[in-house]
Amino acid sequence: MVGYLISLGIFTATFALFSLGLNLQWGYTGLINFGHVGFLALGSYTTILLGIAGVPMLFAVLAGVILAMGLGFVMGIATLRLREDYLAIVTIGMAEIVRLVALNEDWLTRGGRGVYGFPLPLAQFEPNLPTKLGMIAIFWGVVVAAAVQWWQWLERQYSRGRSLPPWGLPAYAALLVAGSVGLWLTLEPLSLGRGLAIAPLVVTLITLGGAIALLGSQWRGVPIVPIGLNTLAAALVGLVVQALTVGLWDFSYRAGLLWLLVLVLAIVVWQLERWIHSPWGRVLKAIREDEEVAKALGKNVFAYKMQSLMLGGAIAAVAGSFYAWQLTFVNPDGFVSLITFQAWTIVVLGGAGNNMGTLLGATLFWAYTALTRFIPLDGGRLEALRMMLIGVLLILLMMWRPQGILGKKEELSLGR
Amino acid sequence: MVDEPSIAPVSSGVTQSPDPNLLVATGLCKCFGGIHAVDHAEISVARNSITGLIGPNGAGKTTLFNLLCNFIPPDQGRVIFDGEPISHLPPHQVALQGLLRTFQVPRVLSRLSVLENMLLAAPRQTGEQFWNSWLKPLRIRQEEQELRQRAWHLLESVGLAAKANDYAGALSGGQRKLLEMARVMMHRPRLVLLDEPAAGVNPTLINQICEYILQWNQQDGVTFLIIEHNMDVIMSLCHHIWVLAEGKNLANGSPSEIQTNPDVLTAYLGQ
Repeated sequence: MVGYLISLGIFTATFALFSLGLNLQWGYTGLINFGHVGFLALGSYTTILLGIAGVPMLFAVLAGVILAMGLGFVMGIATLRLREDYLAIVTIGMAEIVRLVALNEDWLTRGGRGVYGFPLPLAQFEPNLPTKLGMIAIFWGVVVAAAVQWWQWLERQYSRGRSLPPWGLPAYAALLVAGSVGLWLTLEPLSLGRGLAIAPLVVTLITLGGAIALLGSQWRGVPIVPIGLNTLAAALVGLVVQALTVGLWDFSYRAGLLWLLVLVLAIVVWQLERWIHSPWGRVLKAIREDEEVAKALGKNVFAYKMQSLMLGGAIAAVAGSFYAWQLTFVNPDGFVSLITFQAWTIVVLGGAGNNMGTLLGATLFWAYTALTRFIPLDGGRLEALRMMLIGVLLILLMMWRPQGILGKKEELSLGR
Repeated sequence: MVDEPSIAPVSSGVTQSPDPNLLVATGLCKCFGGIHAVDHAEISVARNSITGLIGPNGAGKTTLFNLLCNFIPPDQGRVIFDGEPISHLPPHQVALQGLLRTFQVPRVLSRLSVLENMLLAAPRQTGEQFWNSWLKPLRIRQEEQELRQRAWHLLESVGLAAKANDYAGALSGGQRKLLEMARVMMHRPRLVLLDEPAAGVNPTLINQICEYILQWNQQDGVTFLIIEHNMDVIMSLCHHIWVLAEGKNLANGSPSEIQTNPDVLTAYLGQ
């Protein structure tokens, strides 16, 4: 189970990173990018091909980032002066070009046969005890910092000025931790084929239900759905945190990879938040709202859109490196347009223009994918059913919560 | 990609005797298909004046505005701002020279707070370049504090301070007009083109808006060019008025001259 949870964690974090790039472009700047997967592909292939050629891993990733920014620059030059629909069309075409080049330039990418056996980060790494403990400590530092940030965001987003009683936060945290541990104790015997453990299951249901009820009762009038989903997502993240702690102790390649990814994700989120709350981010949001106004106030709209497109692409390229390292086998089928729309689903789910929402969107999306795996159908049908369900969910979402599951309703009712 | 630092136009203003006009436009033309929206129009705006631009509906006033700040590139003609030609500059560069405009229907940035709308307008902020969040974080913080103070001050003076943290999209029509004008003032402009500041606004607010314009003109030395259909506003505020009809100049002069000009009366009332 540890291995599965770590793999799931890597996918979630990779897609979170990938979607953060899209969120910068669409959620904050209003650029409709339907070809985000092109950046992912460029990042993946550059990293692994340069890795095979013997370039140190860090430089290979940087090269991927620079190439992705170049791709963004080309897309931008072609379209950013035009209306935004053109950007949508050109980006989708660009991403297909990248994929088709990878498919057909056999000498470079081995085409459809794919690339494997490329160097992986931390693959030969065998940490001694202090190193392991240090890694776990750093990881927990990130987890605690993230939990604090998440809680503050939750309060800002949903409390509407109502504060919890002094016992509220400790009680909620305790229930959440207990629920997450309970979930672990429920799933572990299940994964070992020892059947369902009733006692931990009951504990999980009671604690998580209690946590949701606690917030729901204190923040009256806030829809229970976002609170519930936030709590559930937090419990699931807690599950992966437990798995990675165990995984780092019995060190494995994937545990090391997830550790690295968590650090990168934390740095990217921190940097994005800083940018978004700086005057630079303010200009991006202004362009999203009304670019004529930004222009009339002396902002170089074209330059800002270009920066947003390129930086979003750079983030996606970093995600591409991890995508390749997780799969350990890369071929062009991994970069179909569907991947772009998975990122769109994640961003829409979390509420556009909201980094924390994007992280939660990624968690929920992969939880959904992991759960539907247990539907007894063969591969092709299961995939089709999943897509259908996602489509239905998105339609329902647009009807009832068009601001995204986690977004703010007020933002929609605003007149132009 | 980076905004080029503007060429300082100051020297000519101080040493030599300055041109009495801040803005001079000559021979402006713009066709949309077969329609001559603006047809060899000229306009000049004296320093520190409040100048009016009137004309019947469809006379091309708003198009002329768009040509002046290059939101629509003119087919022909020259625009000189403070002695420098600006017709070749992209719109954001024109704004950075100190020539700002408002829109006929007020355009606020809905999902930004009122305060953020204000802060955005300040020109040449250090933090507007993303790399400066690494290079000059302290300077950004200091600038933000100063801008915040100035924004609060301006919001208080137009009576929007209580709304500072609300979404701008939640404001009423009149409040949006006020926000748009205060936002322009945040830029410390030299010339402001106001497109119908009194349209769709109740009489009390019209008086307030007139007071603000006068105050900014007299205390801060801002020059205004105003399009307006409300003749009371135009006649009470403006030192000089230009009349446009069918894209051409019809007349210009002081308010009393315009009021008695037979051509103007004909254009407004019909034959």
